[in-house]
Order: sequence, then C-alpha cells, then structure tokens
Amino acid sequence: MSTIKMKGITKKFPPATVALDNVNFSVKKGEIHCLLGENGAGKTTLMNVLYGLIKADSGDIFVEGKLVKIDSPKDAIELGIGMAYQHFSLVPTNSVAENIALGHPSASFLFPLKMVKKTIKTLSERYGLSVDPDSKIWQLSAGEQQRVEILKVLSKNPRLLILDEPTTILTPQEIKNLFQALKQMAAEGRTIIFITHKLDEVMAIGDRVSVLRKGKLVKTFETVKTNKQELARLMVGREVLFRLERPSVQLGKVILEVSDVCALNDRGVPTLRNVSFSVRENEILGMAGVAGNGQTELIEVLTGLRKATRGSVIILGKDVTNQSPKNIAEIGVAHIPEKRIDIGIVGDLSVADNLILRGYGKAPFSKGIFLEKGNIEKHANKLAKEFNIVTPSINTPAKLLSGGNIQRLILARELHGEPKLIIASHPTYGLDVAATEQIRRWLQKQREQGVAVLLISEDLDEIFSISDRVTVMFEGTIMGTVDADKAKLEDVGMMIAGAKTGELCIEVKNRT
Amino acid sequence: MKLKIERRLVESRQRTIYITILSALSLIAIVFLAYGVNPILAYEKVFYGAFGSWYSLSETITKSIPLMLCSIGLTLAFQTAVWNIGAEGQLLMGAIFGSGVALSFPQWPAYLLLPTMFLAGFVGGALWSFVPTVLKTKFQTNEVITTLMMNYIATKILEYLLCGPWRGKETWGFPYTEIFSSSAQLPTIGTTRIHYPTLVTAFLMSVALYILLTRTKLGFEIHVVGKNPEAARYVGINYTKIILLVMMISGGLAGIAGIGEVAGIHHRLRIGISPGYGFTSIIVAWLSGLHLSSTMSISILYGGLLVGGEMIQISLGLPIGVVEMFNGISLFSMLIGEFFSRNKISFEISSKGG
Repeated sequence: MSTIKMKGITKKFPPATVALDNVNFSVKKGEIHCLLGENGAGKTTLMNVLYGLIKADSGDIFVEGKLVKIDSPKDAIELGIGMAYQHFSLVPTNSVAENIALGHPSASFLFPLKMVKKTIKTLSERYGLSVDPDSKIWQLSAGEQQRVEILKVLSKNPRLLILDEPTTILTPQEIKNLFQALKQMAAEGRTIIFITHKLDEVMAIGDRVSVLRKGKLVKTFETVKTNKQELARLMVGREVLFRLERPSVQLGKVILEVSDVCALNDRGVPTLRNVSFSVRENEILGMAGVAGNGQTELIEVLTGLRKATRGSVIILGKDVTNQSPKNIAEIGVAHIPEKRIDIGIVGDLSVADNLILRGYGKAPFSKGIFLEKGNIEKHANKLAKEFNIVTPSINTPAKLLSGGNIQRLILARELHGEPKLIIASHPTYGLDVAATEQIRRWLQKQREQGVAVLLISEDLDEIFSISDRVTVMFEGTIMGTVDADKAKLEDVGMMIAGAKTGELCIEVKNRT
Repeated sequence: MKLKIERRLVESRQRTIYITILSALSLIAIVFLAYGVNPILAYEKVFYGAFGSWYSLSETITKSIPLMLCSIGLTLAFQTAVWNIGAEGQLLMGAIFGSGVALSFPQWPAYLLLPTMFLAGFVGGALWSFVPTVLKTKFQTNEVITTLMMNYIATKILEYLLCGPWRGKETWGFPYTEIFSSSAQLPTIGTTRIHYPTLVTAFLMSVALYILLTRTKLGFEIHVVGKNPEAARYVGINYTKIILLVMMISGGLAGIAGIGEVAGIHHRLRIGISPGYGFTSIIVAWLSGLHLSSTMSISILYGGLLVGGEMIQISLGLPIGVVEMFNGISLFSMLIGEFFSRNKISFEISSKGG
C-alpha cells in the first residue's frame, strides 16, 4: 500500500518553464525511494510541492489513501513529513543547538537548548554525524552544515524523510554511516525519499527508484531490476562519459610551493599544522579530505583571505605569504570558491558586471575613473557564448541563473585572465552531469595548456577523474600524496579517515 | 476561508507605487474622519497649500532643499548597505561648523565666506558620520544604534553652544546666536526663500552621485560592497575604505543641508533649525526606491506635504500631530505596497482532509 501518492502534479513557472508535467509518484511504507534526475529535472520542485513550499497548479496528494492539502511546511510536518534541504536552511549566527531548537515542536518554552543538546548527542552518536552543538553555523564547513541540516530533520522524528542530495559533501565513511542509519529507519517502518543524481547511491541504497527528466517522471523501477547504464540513459537521454581521458604531458616548473604553513580558524584554534606541498605546470593536484579538516583555511591562506601564522606560500617564484587577495589574483591566481553563490558572485548585479568582478579596474573595462560600458558588454557577450552561459540576457541579475550557469560564469571570469594557477574548491558540487563534465573538461584543458591546478574536493570520483596526483588532508595536516593512476580508492579513503600513507605502502613516483 | 500568500516571481515597481499611494491616502483619511474632517476637502487643502500658488510652490521647494541633500546622501549609504539613521545629527553638526565660520570671520567677503561655510558644513557632517563608521569597522558596532545616538549628542552640543558661549547679545534671552553678517547670508530667488546656491548644489550632487554609481569604478565597488560584502573581500575590494568614504559623503551632504538652513533661512544658528529633515529624508530615500533619479521629485513631494500640512493645521484646526503622522503612515504604506508587489494574496475555501 502506498503511504504517499502524488497524482497528476503539474507546476508551471511563467513565462515558459514547465517544472513538473503531470507527475504521478508514490512511495510505500518502509521503503527507500530514490528520486533520480539531473539538476533542473524537477526533483526538488516535486518534493517542495509535497513539503508545502510550492503550490502545484494541479494534482492531488494522498497520505495513506486520504486526500490531503499541504499548504505549508507546517501542514507537512503535522503529517509526519520532514525535509533536509540541499541549500541549508540554517541561521548562520546561531549555534547548532539553537538552529535545531528553532521551530522544534517539542522544545520546551524555557531552556529549550538543554533538551535539544541531549537529542543532538543521541542522534549524532546513533548515526555517526558528529557535530559540536555549541559551534556557530558560520564557523562550520559546508560538510558540517549538511550534518546539522540532517540532524535538524531527524530530531523531529518524521515518518517520511525527504533528503535532498544529502551526500554531496560527505565522506565515503559518513555516507556509509548515513546509509546504515537510513536502512535502519526504513526497517523501523519509516519511509525515505532520497533525491540524488548519483547512480552509485541509487544502487547502494534504493529499494525503488524513480527517474525524472525535464519535469516528467520517466519510469519507476525496483533497483534490483535495473542497472546503472539504463538509469543513466533515462536520466540524461544519452550515454555519459564518466572518466576523462588524460593525455600525458611533460610536468613543468613548480608554480605553487607551500612550505610549513600554519594558520588559525575563525575560532582562533590552530587549524593548519605545517602544511607543505607543491603543484607544477601541467599538473592537477587533487586534494581530498572531509570538509572541516582545514581545506577552507588553506584556500583562504593561499588566496590572501586569511593570515598564515607561519610558513610560506611561493607562487611563480614570488613570496606571496599574507599578501592581499588583489595582489595574489594579479600575479595569475584564479580562485573558484566553494560557496559559489555566497562569495563567487554578487547576485543582484548583472551577469556582465559579475564577469568583470576581477578586471573592472583595468583596461579595457575602465579608463581613468570611468567604466567602459561598451567593452564590458562586448566582453560579457563573448564570454557567455564561449562558456555556454545560459542567460536571458547579459543584464539579467546573476542570482536568477541556475547553479550550473552560475558556475560557468565564475569559471569564465576566473579563467579569462589566463591564470597560471587555478585553485578550485568543489567546482562541480551540486551541478548536473552535463555541467560537471564540461567544467572538468575545462580544468583538464587548462592543465594541458600549462596551468597548475589545485583541485579541492570531497568527491573522490571527481578527484580521480582528472587529477595527476592525489593528496589528502586530515585535521590540518597532509596525510600523504599518491599517484592518481596507481592509488586505489580504498587507500585514499583510509587516509581520509586518518591513516598514514606509510602504513599503506604506496610509492609515489614523479611522472615525467 | 483561508488566506494564501504566495511569492511572486516578478516584482512590479509600478504596483508598489500605486498600492503605496492608495493605502497612504486611505489610512490618512481614517485619521481625518476621526477628527470630523472630510478627507477629500483636506487633501484638496493640502494640495493647494503645497502647490496651489507661486508662493506655496516656492515654500515647498524651500523645504525640499534639505530633504534633497540628506536623502541623496542616505540613498548612497543605503545602497552600500550602511544604515545611516543619523542625517539629523549630521545636519546639525554641519550647521554648527558653518556657523562657527560665519561668526568667526563676519568681515570676509561673501565669495570667500560662503564657500568656506559650505566646506565647513560638509566637514562637520562628515565628522559626525565618520565616528560611528569607524566604530563599525573597528569594533563591529551596529551603525543603526550609533548613528541614531549621535543625533542626540549633536542636539545637546547645539543646545550647549546656544545657551552658553555662542548666545547672542541681542536675543532677549532666546537660545539664538547673533544674526550673521550679510556676507554669510545666502542669496534667494526674488522675494522667495529659495536659497538657490544650496538647491543648485543639491542638483549637482545628485547628478554627480548618479554618475558615480552608474559609470565609475568606485561606483562599481560600492555596488559590490553593498550587495555582497563577502564577494568584495574575495576580489580584494577594501570594505573599510569604501564604507568610510560613502558615509563621509552621506554625512557631508547632510551637513551642507544644515548650512542651507542657517545661511539661507534663519541667518543665525538657533534651536529648531530642522523639523526632523534628517528623519523625513530616510522615508524619502526609501520611497524613491534608492534611485537617485527619483529622489529629487520625492523630496519636492515631501516638501509639499510639510507646507500643505501646516496649511491644514491653520485652516482646518487640526493638531500638528496629525501632520506628523503623514511620515509614519507613508512609510508604513510603502511596506504594504512592497508586500503586495512581492506576494500574491488569494482567498480560498479549504476543505482540509487527512
């Protein structure tokens, strides 16, 4: 019997977008149901309808056979539906416990934190989602914030749990833990809807899977009766290339040399501890590791956003330790930031303006104190075409673009100045298959043209698909560096969990 | 019956303006009705009082000059996401600094004295906005609180000066300074009180700031800082430098408004040179949607409300409080207008199942 049934759901966004087109979708009690599709396929929209955030133009929702009206998340929560968002719904200046207490139905009027802290402790121990209840959200990495988001929903003890791409920035170990917890919950009779665009996850956890493409529900399967290739084909409508060919190129001179760098985090705690590594011309160095192990601080030190307390950063033979972000960018360092919407763009400014965020102060975009509007427009039109940025016009506010197009915009801007070093942090996080592939190809192309690339990501598939060497960061130190062609995924997974390379006996050879 | 509120995808500025005007007029009408006054008659009187004759028009423009200067400065500050609530105090400090010059060098010729007073007024206002901005950048204090508090300090300094060292000899005990020398008095258009050098300054400054915001590198940096300070940091724009500069311009312009009042209207420094121009300007800046192109006309509208409001006080015997309610009601109405422009409201009869 179906716990939840959505019938004939249609939602249009004027003027011309049909987000959901007559979708029939149902889940059974106690199953883990994966909702598979690319970005923009309508997965999140469908779940937002179920969670009461968006009103469908037409269609009905049935819970245990009864027609219900879900007009707000409050209605949904009353029906036992909980949802963890992909883009976190947390208050940055408040602590973890405060965020979870916020709007919690059983939090007491006085001293709500006491009870909530206990819940956090129980839940994080049970599901292995450890997080300090007293930390402020803004101090947490994206990965840790994701954990809080999931804990927040779990704390309400829902009958139906909707998870919107929850694993994007979790480690393999954390994913395993989460999956175990989810299976346990399903066994207890709870239903789980798992939104994802990762085929491995569908196969690993799904009892059933529904594929959405361009607002239409293509098909629902039992996972044992299908395979990855079939799902991938239905999802994107074509065969996908998973691994990129890596033409071998001669490694050139050292571009980035980091020696013995130490730095504090926002809380003033020593976070980077004697970090040393280097990246050379024609090389992509992949840096794996769980978010919150010092990667954010390292990137900030490298790009001038955070002071190093000791050690040195040498780029192109020049000591740039603790220089300003502007100086570092000007010697040819491109930075593709992790929080692309928060930091990488100015959402209210136009696409054209966002494309000159780095170069506005120089010719041809300005002359004296004035901006050269004509050149800025020409530049924007050229880059939009070159980088396939899909936008109604170059004057559209950047915030209205989809995630993939925002990332294309950032790449277009950062790669435009012919950088010598690219620091890319989670460059494909949350993007669909097409955008992911394109962005990886661009990075690859840069490498072939002699650029040094430092790729920081928690997605091991991403690291291995384009890196030459893989290094792992754990608790602020480099655990080891391995040759991407020779290393095994499992070995890197071990380092991510804190085991030294020596114990794994991996030999690192310099390729020439 | 159930009220449904849904976010619109496209906001319409026109809809905002229509709803704002409509709700302001109907809310004020309730107040008039409570006093037993026919609202249509009252509106007619306000309109004629403000724009009905050359005299009233000239008074309207006179009163809109300080509103223009303060609100273009506030528009710049608000665009940068710095919430300057201190234009009133900045105006007073500008007036104090300028009066200091006027009283110290009465014998200077006008062509030297007046520009020096304008400069001193700018410096006075800029200093008054500089202090809270430095506190904000160094200690992360909230500028809404500090700029607001600075208003009271400015008022008290003014009172001290007028009751103490600067009190004139022939003012019969009133807290006034002496009348300025004639070279410290601004010329006016004909017999009106329109002190045109200040009006021209306001016009030129609004054009200059418009060009600054839309055409220059500095304007671009201001937009980036105002709309996403994190992105500004990421590309290496100096946040502290930008907001200090913006706030000093904002305060400086309010300071010049103060000069206009002392040198153009009262010809002396006294208590009550501003009936809250600095606060009304906040409403003017918001109502113009932070667009410098509309600031001038909205300032004239509010100048008209002040003049027309005085008119109905006399002719309809309404208390001054009624007129002062205009400000609050119009800001509140704008919030209503923005709400309805952002959200779609519908009623539906719900039969909730489950």
